[in-house]
Amino acid sequence: MHIPDGFIDGKTAAVTAVISAVGVGFALRQVRRELPPRRVPLLGLAAAFLFAAQMVNFPVAGGTSGHLIGGTLVAALLGPSAAVVVVTTVLIVQCFLFQDGGVMALGANVFNMAILNSVVGYVIYRVVCHWLTGIRGRVTAIAFAAWCATVLAAISCAGQLAWSGTIPWSVAFPAMATVHMAIGVGEGLISALVFLAVCRARPDLITETALTGQRQRLGELVRYGLLVTLGVAVFVAPFACSWPDGLDSVAEKFGFSHKMAAPLLPAPVPDYQVPGIHWAVGATAVAGAAGSLIVFALALLMGRWLVPKPKDL
Amino acid sequence: MAGAQTEGPVSVHLVNHHHGRPDSPVHRLSAALKLGPALIIIVATVLAPIQWRAWFIGVAVLLVLTAWLSQLPLFFLFRRLLVLSPFVLGVVLVNAFQPAGRDRWLAVAVKSVLCLLTVILVSNTTPFSQILRVLKSIRVPALLITTLALMHRYLFVLMDESERMRRARASRTFTRGRRFHWHTLATVVGQLFIRASERAERIYDAMCARGWK
Repeated sequence: MHIPDGFIDGKTAAVTAVISAVGVGFALRQVRRELPPRRVPLLGLAAAFLFAAQMVNFPVAGGTSGHLIGGTLVAALLGPSAAVVVVTTVLIVQCFLFQDGGVMALGANVFNMAILNSVVGYVIYRVVCHWLTGIRGRVTAIAFAAWCATVLAAISCAGQLAWSGTIPWSVAFPAMATVHMAIGVGEGLISALVFLAVCRARPDLITETALTGQRQRLGELVRYGLLVTLGVAVFVAPFACSWPDGLDSVAEKFGFSHKMAAPLLPAPVPDYQVPGIHWAVGATAVAGAAGSLIVFALALLMGRWLVPKPKDL
Repeated sequence: MAGAQTEGPVSVHLVNHHHGRPDSPVHRLSAALKLGPALIIIVATVLAPIQWRAWFIGVAVLLVLTAWLSQLPLFFLFRRLLVLSPFVLGVVLVNAFQPAGRDRWLAVAVKSVLCLLTVILVSNTTPFSQILRVLKSIRVPALLITTLALMHRYLFVLMDESERMRRARASRTFTRGRRFHWHTLATVVGQLFIRASERAERIYDAMCARGWK
């Protein structure tokens, strides 16, 4: 999901850079206020851990392999602000040292993978944890949250590419969404397994971070929520929404309407239409909701299968 | 990660500072003098319309000249370009089949290869600590710099640690079932997190002992 240079045009790069700078600045302030000095080195070590963990390949059918992305896992282990800082650090190092992801596209990558992924993953994790208690509930929550966050980050990435005029939305959205719905299942499973492994070996590491600062966290989440909503509104809404001609007018204004091409990749649910529902946005939403429900059921089953008896943490 | 064919620590093969002589004119140039122009080149290249042939050719010539001056092995540069651009290649392929997409395809390919080459050249001729110093001088928050520095310092340590754990696991696990394989791999990753956080505690003590803050 790392966008290279050249795929993002000036306006998208500028907007994403501003949103990401605000988000990371806020996360840094929050971490400085909230994290005891004793745990400051943990941020750097967690970033190094995330990088090393991404190098571990999990075998998938057919000789291919996948790896952890990890925003949600780090958010569940360390809290949302720390996760934003940690993933941003990983992205900066990947960009400068390993040339994975472009310099101009850094803002977009930070928004998708550090801010959107961590924050959305964390919120969903907390909400599900609120319903399902115990370690089984946490494992279910993290699997589901990781899936949702991965898919959402991919959709935002597709929106940015489409807004830049690099890849038309009709190609980018189905391709990115379907591929990442599959990737997200692996991501959810790995995150849950790793989380469970940490829970079993050092439960104190998790309780220590997850239970502090509940009151402050609400205000924190509201601000992140505003930022994420703003980003999604800018990148995704113009395409997903049936406003008269959100993109078309922009396209004509900038004179690249001829560049819009027919969809290349056939989607499994053609154009995300559910038969009987003609409103395109509604159909996409219904298809998305159905997918989420299926994944949630899978996560519940997995929690049951992985954690034999509900135990108190 | 194929760790089997290498003798030494993994880190050496992944990064870069080990190539080229550290005393070429490009290496000796101060970091700010490389980062600034590199940023300008990248921004201008991304923003430039494809009609500006002269700009792209000029940047390409400049980059080739820099590559030659920096004495980095050509094969190494070429390999990094190829390894790093599967995404570029993918999008280029998708666009190549579009009816009217050829111009755009060319633009995207040229722009991303030029930017990629710029970053490869800068990152391979500039030590990371110097990059951090430049970031510090442009008022990037200290917490982010500390985190970046610590990550860079312990990145290779943790990668070697995970390689050692992988080797230890490989020499002890005999089951081939996929379920158990994922389980063991996840346990290894979890253990890596635990070791990282324990190491962070020790680092904090060491930092305090040396008068940090």
